[in-house]
Amino acid sequence: MKFLPTSDADRASMLAAIGVSSVDDLFASIPASVRIAPDLPPPMSEIEIRRLFGGMSSRNAHARDSAFFLGAGVYNHYVSAIADQMLYRAEWLTSYTPYQPEVSQGTLQSIFEFQTHMCLLTGMDVANASLYEGASALVEALLMADRLVRNRRKAVLSLGIHPEYRETVTTYFQNLGLDVVEVPLGSDGRTDGAALSAAVDETTFAVAVQSPNFRGVIEDWKVGTEAAHAKGAMAVAVIAEAASLALLAPPGEAGADIACGEAQSLGVPMHNGGPLLGFLACRTAHQRQIPGRLVGQTSDAEGRRAFCLTLSTREQHIRREKATSNICTNQGLMALASNIHMSLLGRKGLREVALQSHAKAEYLKAAIAKVPGYRLPDSAPTFNEFVVEGPGPAAPLLSRLARGGILGGVALSRWSPKDERAFVIAVTEMNTRAEMDRLAAALAGSEGAAGPDESDRRLS
Amino acid sequence: MSVETDPSTVSTEGKASGRGDRLHPEPRHEPLVFERSGPGKIGYSLPPLDVPEALAIPPALVRGEIEGETEISEVEVARHFTRLSRLNFSIDEALYPLGSCTMKHNPRTNEEMARLPGFAASHPLAPEEVSQGTLELAWRLEQMLIELTGLSRVTLQPAAGAQGELAGILMVRAALAKEGNPRKTVLIPDSAHGTNPASAHFAGYKVKELKSNARGTLDLHVLEEAMTEDVAALMLTVPNTLGIFEDRILEIARIVHAKGGYLYCDGANFNSFVGVAKPGAMGIDVMHMNLHKTFSTPHGGGGPGSGPVAVVPRLVPFLPRPTIERRADGGFFLDFDRPESIGRLRTFLGNYGMFVRALSYIAAYGNRIGEVARGAVLNANYIRAGLTGVYHLKYDAPSMHEVVFSDKKQAEKGVHNGDIGKRLMDYGFHPPTISFPLIVHGALMIEPTETEGKPGLDAFIAAMRAIAREVEEDPRIVLDAPHTTPVKRVDEVGAARNLILRWSPGGRPDTPDPVR
Repeated sequence: MKFLPTSDADRASMLAAIGVSSVDDLFASIPASVRIAPDLPPPMSEIEIRRLFGGMSSRNAHARDSAFFLGAGVYNHYVSAIADQMLYRAEWLTSYTPYQPEVSQGTLQSIFEFQTHMCLLTGMDVANASLYEGASALVEALLMADRLVRNRRKAVLSLGIHPEYRETVTTYFQNLGLDVVEVPLGSDGRTDGAALSAAVDETTFAVAVQSPNFRGVIEDWKVGTEAAHAKGAMAVAVIAEAASLALLAPPGEAGADIACGEAQSLGVPMHNGGPLLGFLACRTAHQRQIPGRLVGQTSDAEGRRAFCLTLSTREQHIRREKATSNICTNQGLMALASNIHMSLLGRKGLREVALQSHAKAEYLKAAIAKVPGYRLPDSAPTFNEFVVEGPGPAAPLLSRLARGGILGGVALSRWSPKDERAFVIAVTEMNTRAEMDRLAAALAGSEGAAGPDESDRRLS
Repeated sequence: MSVETDPSTVSTEGKASGRGDRLHPEPRHEPLVFERSGPGKIGYSLPPLDVPEALAIPPALVRGEIEGETEISEVEVARHFTRLSRLNFSIDEALYPLGSCTMKHNPRTNEEMARLPGFAASHPLAPEEVSQGTLELAWRLEQMLIELTGLSRVTLQPAAGAQGELAGILMVRAALAKEGNPRKTVLIPDSAHGTNPASAHFAGYKVKELKSNARGTLDLHVLEEAMTEDVAALMLTVPNTLGIFEDRILEIARIVHAKGGYLYCDGANFNSFVGVAKPGAMGIDVMHMNLHKTFSTPHGGGGPGSGPVAVVPRLVPFLPRPTIERRADGGFFLDFDRPESIGRLRTFLGNYGMFVRALSYIAAYGNRIGEVARGAVLNANYIRAGLTGVYHLKYDAPSMHEVVFSDKKQAEKGVHNGDIGKRLMDYGFHPPTISFPLIVHGALMIEPTETEGKPGLDAFIAAMRAIAREVEEDPRIVLDAPHTTPVKRVDEVGAARNLILRWSPGGRPDTPDPVR
């Protein structure tokens, strides 16, 4: 077995040193009745593994062989080759949580840089070392708000927040004595500001709004922050498409207390939905309640700058059931990828990605609006994602498009059966005008059947 | 210090190493990426916009420049992150005996498989008919984990072990609630990981801590007394964090079940019996596994993890939504129609990229996967044999995959476990887990894993013995360690007192950039 470096002779001399006659003797404390070998196939060679996995990989449509317009929380943005290749370095890949700063300065400094990037993008003061992904980041943000605003039990959430984020909040809240009130969107696709304010009262500890919201519509953060602050609640800004942060007014400028969400768009491949990159940022005043890992700057015994994990007294390995959160790991490698990506694109590139995504989405919106039978139900401005309503059920339409090499959007019926005809389309800098013309033409075809096309990149 | 004991003069593994034999000296200080930035530099290229420019957003909702963001070339980024990487210790360099973390070799086949475009560039919301490969892979992984645990179904959704713990306890709660009473308390031994009580708390339970007995295992009398009909579950780490297998596991399960409770297994230490014994046969009802421990998905400097949870039949209805199912025709689909599900713990299917790696790893071992556990247990016991008498062993019950010594002997000379860990760095090793589990004062928790050979283990034992000698002869060299690392001992207290959690625009490097 190629991952096991012990020779037979070494094993024999190790057993002798231990003073037992066989490895089996070392398992004597496990009752014999439960020592049952698994019924698994024989070991596979690397060649066979490549064959098996290559086969499974080829049975999926993906962003490199399709005209790709899927979003709804995971986005197909540009990632530089170096951002992935750097992850192969053993010093990044095969190290662990930097508990020992003297031999972990690389990871620690990279996290410190990641924290800085997230602060610059969100306009917040402090960001943590990353969280699992967007939905659990929202949970952690709400639980943090609950700690900061004591003795209240209601969180008010806009229905523009990703439905899987809201479902996750419900899962976590079910036994904590915390309630969720959801506020609908207005007819233009934005959160109904009056309804939001009306839902917030003296029992509310947090108000959360997502922008761009799940329909791609840009919200004014102030709708959430003003409703929250009027009643002494924490304003939580949720971001699922972090590429937008380079173009849209950041939550920090609008007075948000906590910004959280998903940073996958900033340098992390889609990975079929995971690993992603949750983040959470807040105000300096609240930094000691921030959940998850944090890296701080300090100095070593010779006075040189150094970094280490800090404020670990909030964490469960010390506080146990009184900890701020039960989370233990962060998304270290994804935060590194994102740090590399944000550093490469920087001030100009992050903005250009956002501008291109937006301009292309506007082009596709205009093209689809002209297709008979299709309409854009939301009149409010969008960033790079928008909802389309077609003449018939969206799911079968999108399946037909997919068979023709176009991943044309995500049907809303998955989360909302009444929106049977609606789907959400995402556009990024990766999409070409030709692909967008093809999607519009396919929709214009006989109920969206994708016709043969010279540029068709069909599934093999 | 003398030439003989100066670590910077010797460089073989297992003797103190200064890494001084390298072509270039180790980088000791690397500026922040923001400090390398300069106007006009660029690190990316994008195609020209092929549609008309458009900005259909009200000006009030558009931001200005991202003040402070970088302008830097690709070559500088390559150097920056390469230099930073060299400040890290990694498994590929030498033994990384961080107890409870299972720092084993990460096979690179798995990395290659995870990057196949049908996995890495696929989207979780693509139509089912063009996602059959991704669904099949997740389904296959579930089947493997079912076989290895001897349990009934597995959810792959939890993003890490701690989230798996929460999922498991939420399922227990839902099952009990359906019977009419969710109960109030979860029992947790004092040797448990800190995430256990935190997870139980977030599932709405009170935690009652059970004191371990003199052998370091669960005291059955203590359990029997605490196990009332108010107790939802016992959360037991198997083997426990002392590396000791609860040899009375069958009786423990009987006691818990007799009162209608559930036996939760923290499977963080599954590496010690995977392929050798089945948790399902032990009476365990629910168990999370850490793909980044037992199944070798890389730790990545702190994540991503992945924490699947296996359950007995009576917990199946409560699994997180969706489950992955196979139709009679062989096709795969996601089942959202699960009315008793606890709901969702995160978006989509979980840390899918880790599923690819873990399945690739399991496939490589196949029916020989028990060799993982056998190797891990052999190695830990070899280290134990090599250090017994030199370091104090509080609990002498048989060790499985890890052994917990303490600094009791060395503390008499004023040297503590943290100092010993720091001194190990000079010998070319990562320190063990320090000060955990809490029931061993001054703990040194050593887990070598199965992917270390005898030469590496011998070198580690020699280093630990040498440090013990230094404590006797010249404790100062240990107390001042490390001597050879990129930075000297880091002021962690100062970091918490004077919080600096980010760089700010206009900030200056507060230490000069030496040489380069």
